[in-house]
Amino acid sequence: MPDNVLEIRDLAVEFKTDIGVTHALREVGFDVPRGEVTAIVGESGSGKSVTANCIMRLIQPPGEITSGRIDFSPTGTEPFDIVSLKTKDPRLLDLRGGLISMVFQEPMTALSPVYTVGNQVAEAILCHRKVSKKQAWAEAADMLERVGIDDVPRRIRQYPFEFSGGMRQRVVIAMALVCQPELLICDEPTTALDVTIQAEILTLIRSLQRDLENTVLFITHDLGVVAQLADQVVVMYGGRVLEIGSVRQVLKDPVHPYTRGLLAAIPGLAERGQRLETMASVLGDADIITPHPLRRLSDGRQVSLAPGPTRRS
Amino acid sequence: MTERLLEVEGISKAFDGVMAIENISFSLDASETLGIVGESGSGKTTLARCILRAIDPDIGTVRFRGKDGWHPLHAMTDSELIPLRQEMQMVFQDPFSSLNPRMTVQEILEEPLIIHKIGTRASRREAVLDILDRVQMESDSLTRYPHAFSGGQRQRIGIARALILRPKLVVCDEAVSALDVSVQAQIINLLEDLQKELGLTYLFVAHDLSVVRHICDRILVMHRGRVVEAGPVEEVFTNPREDYTRLLLSAIPSPDPDVPLQPLDRQVLGL
Repeated sequence: MPDNVLEIRDLAVEFKTDIGVTHALREVGFDVPRGEVTAIVGESGSGKSVTANCIMRLIQPPGEITSGRIDFSPTGTEPFDIVSLKTKDPRLLDLRGGLISMVFQEPMTALSPVYTVGNQVAEAILCHRKVSKKQAWAEAADMLERVGIDDVPRRIRQYPFEFSGGMRQRVVIAMALVCQPELLICDEPTTALDVTIQAEILTLIRSLQRDLENTVLFITHDLGVVAQLADQVVVMYGGRVLEIGSVRQVLKDPVHPYTRGLLAAIPGLAERGQRLETMASVLGDADIITPHPLRRLSDGRQVSLAPGPTRRS
Repeated sequence: MTERLLEVEGISKAFDGVMAIENISFSLDASETLGIVGESGSGKTTLARCILRAIDPDIGTVRFRGKDGWHPLHAMTDSELIPLRQEMQMVFQDPFSSLNPRMTVQEILEEPLIIHKIGTRASRREAVLDILDRVQMESDSLTRYPHAFSGGQRQRIGIARALILRPKLVVCDEAVSALDVSVQAQIINLLEDLQKELGLTYLFVAHDLSVVRHICDRILVMHRGRVVEAGPVEEVFTNPREDYTRLLLSAIPSPDPDVPLQPLDRQVLGL
């Protein structure tokens, strides 16, 4: 019996604009297994962030979820479909920042410049649980310690501008984890950071995930980050899911031509002085535009390709 | 026999008393690609801008060999520099903010020629068509505005604008950092093709070490405004001598799930 925190089925999002309808997501479906890291990988416009925003019900007009369901099963509570929740449903308030929390790319935008970091981490607790202010601050201090902030008694009373980019992202992670969410969504949390700071944050997310055994949905365009962090990988392109499998399956033996193209385009893998493979050179005449429903392969993974034998590199 | 194109000797630049770059020296040969790598705040962009005299270094010398011999860039007045600017061009990081949204592609590409009073209207039109073809874009792009193009296509327009004056030295400041990986691969290939065709010399400023490893012949590793290590790219990558270089290399996440990320500890190294 699979234990999934989320089961997303047939999700579609449309943006209705003056010049026509943009299909941001079509027939998106995948599971997020409990206690694992699932990575959604894709380029700009693939729909990876829109998918995350659907889970938090953050799609704003002119965008609209036009079909599908997102079944959410928090421990000890009845499972429910996030898509069908009414805007005023109290469960939506529990969901956002309580049961599911999110870490964004730009930590300075995620934090308010006019409140101390302690205030902001404690606020996350006070919004979702009935505890005293003192208790909330004590828990905030513990969490800040846990994400690797030094000298917490002093730092907790400082403002975000007094922190470096990497330290700010640690504060945002503390804010996200302090309510012990069922699911942590990270949307490109290391993209704005230097590579050494990125390595520190990835190591932190991985060790916290192992300690707290929480479920992480990690959105990124960087296959290196995917390889280092994910258990399961969902490859998206043009608002659709093209391939789902374990990190080893997808990165070491990709089935879909688009996944192979993405991997081939990484400069580190090509010989120096050689031309890089591009999407066009890898795809050849393979068609990645025509949608095909996901089908299950013998080794358990799913791929969106026309029926027939799959060609592998 | 390779020819020297650029010699930088002991340049420093401070902003409000904070040293942005300190005592930097290096040289660059024609048709070579030199990478400048480092984290944000390491001074790599300041260095690139000091070389082009987009900002003035406080001390030090920058010598550039133009068509008519060597020029001391650091000591020249702005108006003396104008003719030399044809030979030194820049490609920027952000393909959205580096193109004027109110100009058509034709106007964007023709402008450098007009500024430098090169050619007639007809010959400029021909030059624009030629450079557009070299960056693999269709001629029907000419009447359109930047917003009509994707990030990768805009970067091609930015490269075409830099190359239309037939420069010798092209400074690429994070020129592929804002692009998706599949588009990035196309632009890297394009930059390499153009280098061979036109004999270009690149100063390639970047934070992405795998891109640098692919495209550069030599690299300078910068940390806190200083060059901490310099050498042929393969040598620096396979056998880094400085702790800071080792720290930087250890932080790159490999796309192979069987090669675990084991970043070195900044504190342990005392950096």
